[in-house]
Amino acid sequence: MVTTRTTPEIGGMGHSPRRKEDPRFLQGKGNYIEDVKLPGMLWMDIVRSPYAHAKIVSIDASKALAIPGVLAVITGKDLEKYGLHWMPTLMSDTQMVLPTDTVKYQAQEVCAVIATERYIAADAIQAVEVEYEELPVVVDPFKSMQPGATLVRPDKGKDTNHIWHWEVGDAAATDAMLQASDVVVKEHIYLPRIHVASIETCGCVASFDKIEGKLTVWMTTQAPHAIRTVLALVAGHVGLSEEKIRVISPDIGGGFGGKVPVYPGYVIAIAASVLIGKPVKWIEDRMENLQADSFARDYHTTAELGVNRDGTLTGLRIKTLADHGYADAAANPSKFPAGLYHICTGSYDLKGAHVEVDGVYTNKPPGGVAYRCSFRVTEAVHAIERMVDIAAHEIGMDPAAIRMKNFIEADAFPYKSVLGWEYDSGNYHLALRKAMDIIGYEDLRREQLEKRARGELMGIGICSFTEIVGAGPSKDFDILGIKMFDSAEIRIHPTGKAIARFGTKSQGQGHETTYAQIVAEELGIPMAHVQVEEGDTDTAPYGLGTYASRSTPTSGAAAAMAARKIRDKARKIAAYLLEADEEDLEWEPGRFSVRGNPEAVKTIQEIAFAAYTNHPQGMEAGLEATHYYDPPNLTYPFGSYICVVDIDKGTGQVHVRRFVAVDDCGNIINPKIVDGQVHGGLTMGIAPALYEEISYDEAGNCLGGSFIDYLVPTAVETPHWETDKTITPSPHHPFGAKGVGESATVGAPPAIVNAVVDALWHVGVRHVDIPMTPARIWKVLRDHGVEG
Amino acid sequence: MTSREIHLTVNGEARTATVEPRLLLVHCIRENLGLTGTHVGCETSHCGACTIHVDDTPVKSCTMFAVQADGKSITTVEGLAGPGGLSPVQEGFWEEHGLQCGFCTPGMMMTATALMREVATPSEAEIREAISGNLCRCTGYVNIVKAIQYAHAKVHAPAPALAHQGGE
Repeated sequence: MVTTRTTPEIGGMGHSPRRKEDPRFLQGKGNYIEDVKLPGMLWMDIVRSPYAHAKIVSIDASKALAIPGVLAVITGKDLEKYGLHWMPTLMSDTQMVLPTDTVKYQAQEVCAVIATERYIAADAIQAVEVEYEELPVVVDPFKSMQPGATLVRPDKGKDTNHIWHWEVGDAAATDAMLQASDVVVKEHIYLPRIHVASIETCGCVASFDKIEGKLTVWMTTQAPHAIRTVLALVAGHVGLSEEKIRVISPDIGGGFGGKVPVYPGYVIAIAASVLIGKPVKWIEDRMENLQADSFARDYHTTAELGVNRDGTLTGLRIKTLADHGYADAAANPSKFPAGLYHICTGSYDLKGAHVEVDGVYTNKPPGGVAYRCSFRVTEAVHAIERMVDIAAHEIGMDPAAIRMKNFIEADAFPYKSVLGWEYDSGNYHLALRKAMDIIGYEDLRREQLEKRARGELMGIGICSFTEIVGAGPSKDFDILGIKMFDSAEIRIHPTGKAIARFGTKSQGQGHETTYAQIVAEELGIPMAHVQVEEGDTDTAPYGLGTYASRSTPTSGAAAAMAARKIRDKARKIAAYLLEADEEDLEWEPGRFSVRGNPEAVKTIQEIAFAAYTNHPQGMEAGLEATHYYDPPNLTYPFGSYICVVDIDKGTGQVHVRRFVAVDDCGNIINPKIVDGQVHGGLTMGIAPALYEEISYDEAGNCLGGSFIDYLVPTAVETPHWETDKTITPSPHHPFGAKGVGESATVGAPPAIVNAVVDALWHVGVRHVDIPMTPARIWKVLRDHGVEG
Repeated sequence: MTSREIHLTVNGEARTATVEPRLLLVHCIRENLGLTGTHVGCETSHCGACTIHVDDTPVKSCTMFAVQADGKSITTVEGLAGPGGLSPVQEGFWEEHGLQCGFCTPGMMMTATALMREVATPSEAEIREAISGNLCRCTGYVNIVKAIQYAHAKVHAPAPALAHQGGE
């Protein structure tokens, strides 16, 4: 299935060598943010609000400042002097760095303490006395939209908490299509707030060199270059100039989208270092991480799908209320306030669709970032895959059959969706058939009937998702105006070894290995001889970073394109060395030979040496290239997942008995890494489906703010995933790859919900919101007359 | 706060540290002893990133005071590798792609190493139970289980039969 063109020693595409980055991680020699230690370094800790909405009457720092070792307490009023108390969000909204008068959510930053030691800073935040005057709180986005609701953002000068309205598609045509359908199924679907909860929390070390005027920031960021530019734009007026800012993203202990935003803590630490002239370290704890950092999801959706009695799906209408908390701090491309949500027609050839989304403010933390997915594609897939399943059950059709009937045909690609996307390639029937064969779908249906006759609850759920990843193309995609290309720079040393640098930043995806494999594939230099570097803005070429499964589609493509530029030059040098015409040279990985004269060979290593020692007169010396890759289109990975669940009628516990995932991410660089990405994605799929939620009480108190309440699955809750592949290359990517890091997070939750509802449809259950905890399912069972 | 001196054996080496009684063991290891392979993920004993061995028993070092370890022997990830390079558990994690971001990995390997001493050939369910105090957000645990199975197979496999050297 996976083919290789290179030997294992070269280790190009299709091989699964051991990862190059692993020896340091295995021996405790990784360099994560908390490992960065500088001489004279100070510690920062943050005082946070206990209230979801309150006026700050006073901040008395005198007792904190009296503690030996406490150097400063920084408030919003201090930052206001420099115009740094507010900052822009990625969505052109504004959020506070530190408040000058009001806090808008529980755990919001109130002020920061700078001290010589971590424990002294922790003592000092307890000693700061803040007097608050509580204000009315609005938590529910529907209540927030009602007239007379507490205004969350009076600074906006509007008398509403409504942020924006966004819609796409033909409303009238969709209405007509729904009216003409035999059946219209309608459902309310809520995807709650969840948190990526990477095992490493966020943090930074800011170090301002007063003599050089240079700021170096080590920072847990997935997008170091964009951060540098944002810092220059936000703090240019206080003298931070982009050439004097260096952002270093060290080893990152998991990102998943949560390390894209600029959090207030980073900015306060930078300001503190600039003011004090010493390095300042800030590491948030787990409760700060869960309670204050950007959340994901929080979409309240009403979906309607038309279906005819023969199973033909017609039109889709979606209305969504997007709860953004007190600021729209989502991390979407500028033109797309609801991200790529209009991929919601999914894998189906729908002829009509209309989507509306309204963003709204509430007294909750800001965000709207991904949770290991590409800009709201999870929300889109959840909506369509739930609705297709409901439609199937409603008309009494098998959920697999309705999908097979409505899939976009394999020969219809490139396929233009009714909402405007051009899907690059796909073979949806093949992937679903393969998943059905692996799991034994027909046998499971028979078993289900037998069990149902005995009163046992067993369900089979399918999700046939289509992802949309790899942003750019830059004509449509930018972050704060910066186009979403990405980059690679490859330098071949005289001895034929290479260093390659990229604009992306791995957070565990294995770039040091896979990028080396791409270079090995294109140039025939063994991957062991290719050093990969990312994350230092002083050395790496500019790029937009790693999120939304974009590294392989953009920087991976750039690596191939840069390598091909190098190969073009190598051909000229080889022709010179072999005294042959360039046209007469044949390339195979690692060498040029003269057609018809296989003895006449120059290896890439010989050519590299000649590039520095014996290159043709008039040719530039050296052998290197840089490429900024602007993808012509997004890529559309897809897959079909099938899940089997058994439900305990007594406890409401959902047991995932089997889960088969067939993924198609185009051509594969490293099969073992792809499997690892799918395993991890599936686990971050079952997590919100069954366990994770961050909710709030009426007063705005966070109810999922520690690992006591926020249940990240352990190895015991996690099923033994069964994975397989189909391979449908992307026609426009230089080596046919699509990206895979997030597919499984997108595809797994609806498969699990569909399985649970499939088990319960006959007792009258049409839908269950996630997380499907035992308590929730127990109540659903009792509400439908099922006793234990 | 009055500091006091504690004496530890750290990865086989006698070490002394001057610590406040409230200093967490993980901070002592990372900051006083300079061994940054042990990580902090939650500070509440849930994630297991800080797992080390105290007198050969796995312990979450974020919820133990350094002074409680006075006189004891502790092993961290830096002490796993034998003179021949990686330990079987480390090797298993490398071979089976048992790590991605690497942040949970030291704690996960410490737990796995303790399991090696307790059970010769654990079932998959026993392995999953054993590592259920260590959270991993990247790998979905499948390859961690394989990595631990690799280590057990390597250590506990019956000695291979001597190959025929010819000339019976």
